[in-house]
Amino acid sequence: MRYIPRLVILLALTIIMSAIVVAQDDVEALKQEAVETYADIVFASYEDSLELAVELNDALIAFVEEPSEETLATAREAWLASNEPYGQTEAYRFYGGPIDDEDGPEGLMNAWPLDEAYVDYVEGDEDAGIINNVEDYPEITKDLLISLNEVGAEENIATGYHAIEFLLWGQDLYEDSAGQRSYEDYTTAPNAERRGQYLLVLGELLVENLEDMVDQWNPENEDSYRNALLELSADEAITKMLTGIGVLAKSELAGERIFTAYDNQDQEDEHSCFSDNTHRDIITNFMGVQNVYVGSYERLDGTVVEGTGLADVIAAVNPELNDEMLALLESADTLVNEISVPFDRAIVDTETRPTVFDTVFTLQDVGDKIVELAAELELVIDTSLPA
Amino acid sequence: MKQLHIKFVSLFIGACMIGYGLILLPPPPTQTQNSSEITELLGGQTTIYNTTPNAFGQPVPGLEREQELLFFVGNSFFNQNWVTAPSSTTARDGLGPLFNARSCASCHFKDGRGRPPEFDGEAPTGFLIRLSMRERNLDWSNLPEPNYGGQFQDGALEEIDKEGDFLIRYEMITGTFDDGTPYELRQPTYTFENLAYGDMHPEVMISPRIANQMIGLGLLEAIPEATLLELADPNDADKDGISGRPNYVWDYYYNQLSIGRFGWKANQPSILQQVAGAFIGDIGITTSLFPHQECSPTQADCTNAINGGDPEIIDDDLLKVALYSSSLSVPAQRNFEDEQVLHGEQVFMDLQCNACHVMTLETGIHPTIPALSNQTIHPFTDLLLHDMGEGLADNRPDFQATGTEWRTPPLWGIGLFETVNGHTYYLHDGRARNLIEAILWHDGEAEASRDAFKALSEADRTALIEFLKSL
Repeated sequence: MRYIPRLVILLALTIIMSAIVVAQDDVEALKQEAVETYADIVFASYEDSLELAVELNDALIAFVEEPSEETLATAREAWLASNEPYGQTEAYRFYGGPIDDEDGPEGLMNAWPLDEAYVDYVEGDEDAGIINNVEDYPEITKDLLISLNEVGAEENIATGYHAIEFLLWGQDLYEDSAGQRSYEDYTTAPNAERRGQYLLVLGELLVENLEDMVDQWNPENEDSYRNALLELSADEAITKMLTGIGVLAKSELAGERIFTAYDNQDQEDEHSCFSDNTHRDIITNFMGVQNVYVGSYERLDGTVVEGTGLADVIAAVNPELNDEMLALLESADTLVNEISVPFDRAIVDTETRPTVFDTVFTLQDVGDKIVELAAELELVIDTSLPA
Repeated sequence: MKQLHIKFVSLFIGACMIGYGLILLPPPPTQTQNSSEITELLGGQTTIYNTTPNAFGQPVPGLEREQELLFFVGNSFFNQNWVTAPSSTTARDGLGPLFNARSCASCHFKDGRGRPPEFDGEAPTGFLIRLSMRERNLDWSNLPEPNYGGQFQDGALEEIDKEGDFLIRYEMITGTFDDGTPYELRQPTYTFENLAYGDMHPEVMISPRIANQMIGLGLLEAIPEATLLELADPNDADKDGISGRPNYVWDYYYNQLSIGRFGWKANQPSILQQVAGAFIGDIGITTSLFPHQECSPTQADCTNAINGGDPEIIDDDLLKVALYSSSLSVPAQRNFEDEQVLHGEQVFMDLQCNACHVMTLETGIHPTIPALSNQTIHPFTDLLLHDMGEGLADNRPDFQATGTEWRTPPLWGIGLFETVNGHTYYLHDGRARNLIEAILWHDGEAEASRDAFKALSEADRTALIEFLKSL
């Protein structure tokens, strides 16, 4: 009988031990599931981005064929819509995945700031740009634009979403509105036809780049990056996932996109400066972070791709930490939606600046918390911007 | 059965105790049998542990939160391309008209180091050529070449002619180590081609320069001037064959001569002026320090081009780029307990490499970044000028630096160039293809050390190189 207490201890310890072992197995399984959910979300969001890029391209073709206020408005609507899913995919950058590895198209699709005068006329220089330089560039073709982007390290990228944005809206020279480019730039203005040609090439290139991304994440493509990712250990894959959202939250979004503009108070030092759509860039980027953490993405048709998320993994090892992260995400969600519109006024107006500043700090906290999440899983990530 | 249970219990408890012991035990001391003169904390308490391709891009730990954010702004202006003026992004326009690069980062890729083109026609990535005449200004600054100015610019805006191209040819020089092992060095010569603004003056002096890595600059700036003057021995009073003297250069902020610290010839007195100098010379961005474009009288298109504001980067943003450039951390030494590395360090000292590549210095008070103050650092430089002999000479003086003198470059981070920038080209023009060649080019004041290196056994040579790679 005197051994009973020892027996009890032994039993208790055995139960705890096996609970720990089971829990560890569970966590490993959850991790693997989270990577799979991630791959599904990435695929779905690139598919959606492609679908809307194709619609954008169709709208550009319709506009160039028959330029009018209506067709221009439709093209602008299509551009705005196309950025909604694409903005969310920026959470898949910064770890050398398909979007921004050595041959990744990120720069071609999303380079900023755009060298406007390299593309087209600007206020103060009416003859500027490739479009108006008939002598050096007699024909505007896909090959020409690709080759101009490949001038060694001195690339000056003049393609992608922001180039299309510039050709649809023109420079934003107005305090109370976005750019006001007229459809007549595509009818009676000098080099109207070349401008249309440039726009068509941009639309085509964007679709091609997104087709590549969809391919890279397609479960049916054997050579996809998706498969390579799933073959990595769950820890390696999760390091990439956390790096992507950590860099986006802390450095790219809080630091580069919001604080730099806030600090500068330069009206057009903002991401989508021609269309005044920067507030949506901020929101969709943030949604990308949230999607990856929670393991859920709402598709264009309203259906939801979801599964085990990083949140479930963290909840299994440290529920409190997960609660802290979810609370931070909720605060950030509120703040990014509270930034007043348009962003270029929000960063100047003393009444609205505090919200912008709070958003910066909260997103930085999100980034720092992501580093903590990684540490909890015994992983090390770096949230500074890769140059 | 009972016995068995007890055994299990004891075993289990024992295992737990070992487990707890492992957790609770203090970490093993970082230097057990290290006979090293230095610690792995090359940048003192601001050292970071990072051996990835982003190793040079990390802010120093201990920045205040506000500064951490300003670091981002600086980073943004450092990384993003400048664009043609006029543009909607007015804070970022004013590129050129003539330029070498569209952004700081295109030469200092990943805050690292440039290299010479590897083949004719390859666009330079962090390599440029300075130009000047034999006569000089009264303040000892150089007079520009009449048609091409103080720097050869091989880039220009859309409708403006770039200055031209240059070609590099290498003549191979062979030699042998004392043990008979042969080696081959590349001696470069430069020719200009497709010159758009007339002939180059026949007496032009040229100096090719590689873009330097950006780490630890704030620490170097915080070394007290008195320390540098103590290290100096301009007349070689101690008769060790090594003189070492400070450059004194014009400081455009204080409008006076100041001691030079940065650049291949210690030709810049401060990070701020180095940054502003690179903005005007390399990217064509005017600042309050250098408010005028460097268009020569024959470059009318350059003179008449639209500018991006006056100045093109405002002081506020310039200061943030300077803050950014001041606060990039130095990565820790790797393999610092490795026997070969420790032996290599001994060889380094035996060869008196540390007479110029000074191993340990103390920073003073940094005026704006407290984290950089009072740090014991291991930069491996004295920031002084040394005569490096005819072979390396560019024969182009720069303030008080003669045509054969160069500043001792810091060696911290030297083992990470390959990781960060994917190449191993060293020295001011990248002629050395590896560390051995870089050492072999040492001459002048370093002649004795170089000869001692040539006399080393292969094992000692390898140990020395492994030591350098650990930095």
